[in-house]
Amino acid sequence: MSDAALDIAGLRARLAGSRARAHRLHRLHRLLRHCGLVVLCAAALYPLLWMVAASFLPEDEILTAISPIPKSWSLHNYTAGWNAFDVSFTRFYLNSALIAAISVVGNVFASSLAAFAFARLRFPGRGLLFGLMLLTLMIPAHVTLIPQYVLFQNLDWIDSILPLVVPKLLGCDAFFIFLMVQFFRTIPREIEEAARMDGCSPWRIYRRIIMPLSTPVLATAAIFSFIFTWDDFFGPLIYLSSTENFNVPLALRAFAGSDEGSSLGQLFAMATLSVMPVFLVFVFCQRLVISGAAGLGLKR
Amino acid sequence: MRAGVLGSRRRYRDTWAAYGFLAPWLAGLLVLTLGPLAASLYLSFTQFDLLDPPEWIGLENYRQMATDPRFWKALRVSFTYVVLAVPLKLLAALGLAMLLKQGLRLAVLYRALLYLPSLLGASVAVALLWQRVFAGDGLLNHVLAAFGITGASWISDPRYALDTLVVLAVWQFGSPMIVFLAGLQQIPRDLYEAAGLDGAGAFRQFRRITLPMLTPVIFFNLIFQTIEALKAFTQAYVVSSGTGGPTDSTLFFTLYLYQEAFAHFHMGYASALAWVLMSIIGGLTAVMFAAQRYWVHYDE
Repeated sequence: MSDAALDIAGLRARLAGSRARAHRLHRLHRLLRHCGLVVLCAAALYPLLWMVAASFLPEDEILTAISPIPKSWSLHNYTAGWNAFDVSFTRFYLNSALIAAISVVGNVFASSLAAFAFARLRFPGRGLLFGLMLLTLMIPAHVTLIPQYVLFQNLDWIDSILPLVVPKLLGCDAFFIFLMVQFFRTIPREIEEAARMDGCSPWRIYRRIIMPLSTPVLATAAIFSFIFTWDDFFGPLIYLSSTENFNVPLALRAFAGSDEGSSLGQLFAMATLSVMPVFLVFVFCQRLVISGAAGLGLKR
Repeated sequence: MRAGVLGSRRRYRDTWAAYGFLAPWLAGLLVLTLGPLAASLYLSFTQFDLLDPPEWIGLENYRQMATDPRFWKALRVSFTYVVLAVPLKLLAALGLAMLLKQGLRLAVLYRALLYLPSLLGASVAVALLWQRVFAGDGLLNHVLAAFGITGASWISDPRYALDTLVVLAVWQFGSPMIVFLAGLQQIPRDLYEAAGLDGAGAFRQFRRITLPMLTPVIFFNLIFQTIEALKAFTQAYVVSSGTGGPTDSTLFFTLYLYQEAFAHFHMGYASALAWVLMSIIGGLTAVMFAAQRYWVHYDE
């Protein structure tokens, strides 16, 4: 009996000692982790910071300046770059904003309609159509590209925003439908059963019950829809041909290839501005962006 | 009895409503996805330059690939890119996710900062930045010069040009990192506690618990990143100024397809290339799904 008690006391003392040691080790570990992460963050962000810093420098200092903090803060590159090209960047931003606005609203609305049918209604053919929807997720855009181009050409839509926004109005990116189906399914059936008993139509249930309860997924879809549209280069490259119709990425590319774009400072100034909208969306909706990316392993 | 009548009436109404909700998506599916899919398969057996109607040539396009050196070059470039970029990107993502997982203070900030390159990296702005960072007199060589090293002119040297694109892809480790992080947080803590009591060290815990528990997430990231890498276009297009050069060293398969379709107007041949791309993506996905039972662990 007393032997056992002694043993326990000894064990306690040893345990306390090893706990203190473990605690010290743990703190050292944490400190090392912090140091490592700070270095890695700095390394990862260095190219971006350098670009921003260079956008404030006079031309002859850019290439030799490797510091991510500029020595001077001149806005000359921004004011000069904005109007350096044949067409002012004001025009390109308006084009991009228009495309993005229609795409985001159209995509979220059309996707939510289809997702509502798949998640909340029973109808013959549901399994088949749902399977088809998942299958379209796997089809690379390159396969449908050429016939789509021929179709839009016959409709005389080339060099307009229609080939870029009409697919969004029809919810052609099945990814967003899938995202919403997953969310709509988690809304308890009992909520709509009562409304059903009162003779509510599916449309009213969609509008009055499902939509208001789904703001998180609608916001996530809107945010990613915006990011994808804002950055889109391939679509505009194929469908927009005259400079005044360019979106911002296309204009930036053309600017870089032109004589005016040989000014590195002005190019970096315009490049910095071009990623600002996506950056600001991230800053203000960080939680939604991260959880969206975690849930579905989005492209970015 | 009454319930049955009500039920069938409701089912009838639901069917009409469902197809109403699905109408925009169905229209898109038929006109912009399935129709073009069939049309592109047809076009792949024709010679077509957009002006004259397509002319049936049977398997000629596919036969032509066998002796087309640029086709093989493009395949090799795309596969090299996938084989280098995907594993390195996933390794970086997993390593950083492990660093971030122990709820450090500031972890949210680190996570956001490390995700940033991934969020902005797909933009034209960053591709243009990359061109300037790896140019002969670019940022990298100026940094190297500070250490007394003379760097190559990375972008214009066919030996290194593709590597700069691999670095660009690996730099965008943020999105798989977020997915890994979500996966790591799903692993029950008591598994580690039990292993710790059994005297398993950190490395053994990683090998015996973390890695097996994480295999479904690794699998998901692997498939997703492989497909994305095969579809990559913008970076190669912008960094090589649309050429896929120097000497076709960055001629991604998608870039070759784009050149054939929209620079040479070989729409039939480009359609055949698109079907090859889709078969490769489909085939690789099928192989990875078939192989998963040898290494992916699912609960229960």
